[in-house]
Amino acid sequence: MSDSTNGPQRSIGSTEELLAYSLALETEAVDRFNDLADQMETHHNYEVADLFRKLAKIEGLHIENVNKASVGKKLPSLLAWEFEWDGGESPEGGAMEDAHYLMQPWHAIELAMHGEKRAVAFFRHVAGTSTDEGVIKMALELVEEEEEHVALLQKWQERFPRPDKDWDEDLDPPTILE
Amino acid sequence: MTETTACALLQPKEYKSKVKPVWCPGCGDFGVLGSITKALSGLQIQPENAAIISGIGCSSRMPTYLRTYGFHGVHGRALALATGLKVARPELTVIATGGDGDGFSIGGNHFLHTCRRNPNMTYIVMDNQVYGMTKGQASPTTDPNWEKGKLTPGGTGINPFQPLVIALASGANFIARTSSSDSNGTARIIMEAIRHPGFSLVQVLSPCVTFRPEQRDWKNLVKPAQMEATTDPAQAARRLLTDEGLYTGILFRGDRPAYQPRPEPSIDNIAELDEEFRI
Repeated sequence: MSDSTNGPQRSIGSTEELLAYSLALETEAVDRFNDLADQMETHHNYEVADLFRKLAKIEGLHIENVNKASVGKKLPSLLAWEFEWDGGESPEGGAMEDAHYLMQPWHAIELAMHGEKRAVAFFRHVAGTSTDEGVIKMALELVEEEEEHVALLQKWQERFPRPDKDWDEDLDPPTILE
Repeated sequence: MTETTACALLQPKEYKSKVKPVWCPGCGDFGVLGSITKALSGLQIQPENAAIISGIGCSSRMPTYLRTYGFHGVHGRALALATGLKVARPELTVIATGGDGDGFSIGGNHFLHTCRRNPNMTYIVMDNQVYGMTKGQASPTTDPNWEKGKLTPGGTGINPFQPLVIALASGANFIARTSSSDSNGTARIIMEAIRHPGFSLVQVLSPCVTFRPEQRDWKNLVKPAQMEATTDPAQAARRLLTDEGLYTGILFRGDRPAYQPRPEPSIDNIAELDEEFRI
């Protein structure tokens, strides 16, 4: 999974548009973490499920922040595919195929960290391509915020040992024909 | 999506039911579930005005996970059920979902004749080139050299079924291919498929991470088709026969009128009914 991402091919022209992108990004992150938590619960991987649930809650707080910043503004209403994300998916959405029923907390944090790094790259791209001073200022603030998340996740990840190479070996695999 | 505009609109997650999917984590079908909800939200179709119909298989569990009407039917019979429903309730948005085995092998005959009839509905096939629910047997779309199927250790040695070419030859009115890794792009194409009159086929390359883990790499291999959707079946045929199965996008948009059964003749009295049965 690449950590680099470009923003829209055209530059973002208003803070309202940037807030709409930011809101979509955080909403997709919440949905993805909740979906991953559900998947892990279904497969009895409760430790990782709890971790994904916490990550969803943290992203939910960011939605509140974006909503606060949007008070009094009319954000453009865009459908999911109308956002010009690099590769079609928002930086913190997608990549569901990287999940595994035996994944460990280290993997979950790694997965989350990729999303945050892609978000940093996205907002940096917006700041670098916009000509609107308000957009540039807000995008740089968001870069700083996302970088804080990366640093926090790195600290969390240090608490968990890097998994062995054969972490996904299942001694009673579901793939065996009975 | 804003305070001022989003309140009355149905958001994608509002189309999901309370039942949590039992698919393997990493399965492409999660992305397709998200795409269907985004497409329904994009069109603002009320859940009670849509029906998701399926057969049997991992992807055929789709109706359970959506808050629309649904019918988890018999193996290979999703299109027969869906056609019946569309004929009886033409005002409903009818979507059939399933996998490559259910749709192209067990349901192969229904597939041909649904394309031919051209009812106004959408068929989403989550193609992973394997029977996943029964633990990894080769399906109609499996590569002939795939050797990991326990029933075909030397590979099937049989050319794979070409669903999009067959659909075109049989009369489908809208043909597209997408990838589950592009959930937003798939949502847009599903929305277009629902809007297009007649029978729409959307083949979604949806990895089975358990029995075909190498398919995780599909997301790096798929590429958008370089040409716009054609309305010319001959041009579409040339394109579909020469592509590598990894080009995505809307590949054909036909203009055949959708099938609608003729209204039944009304019979006003017993004498007329009796006349119907006269030998």
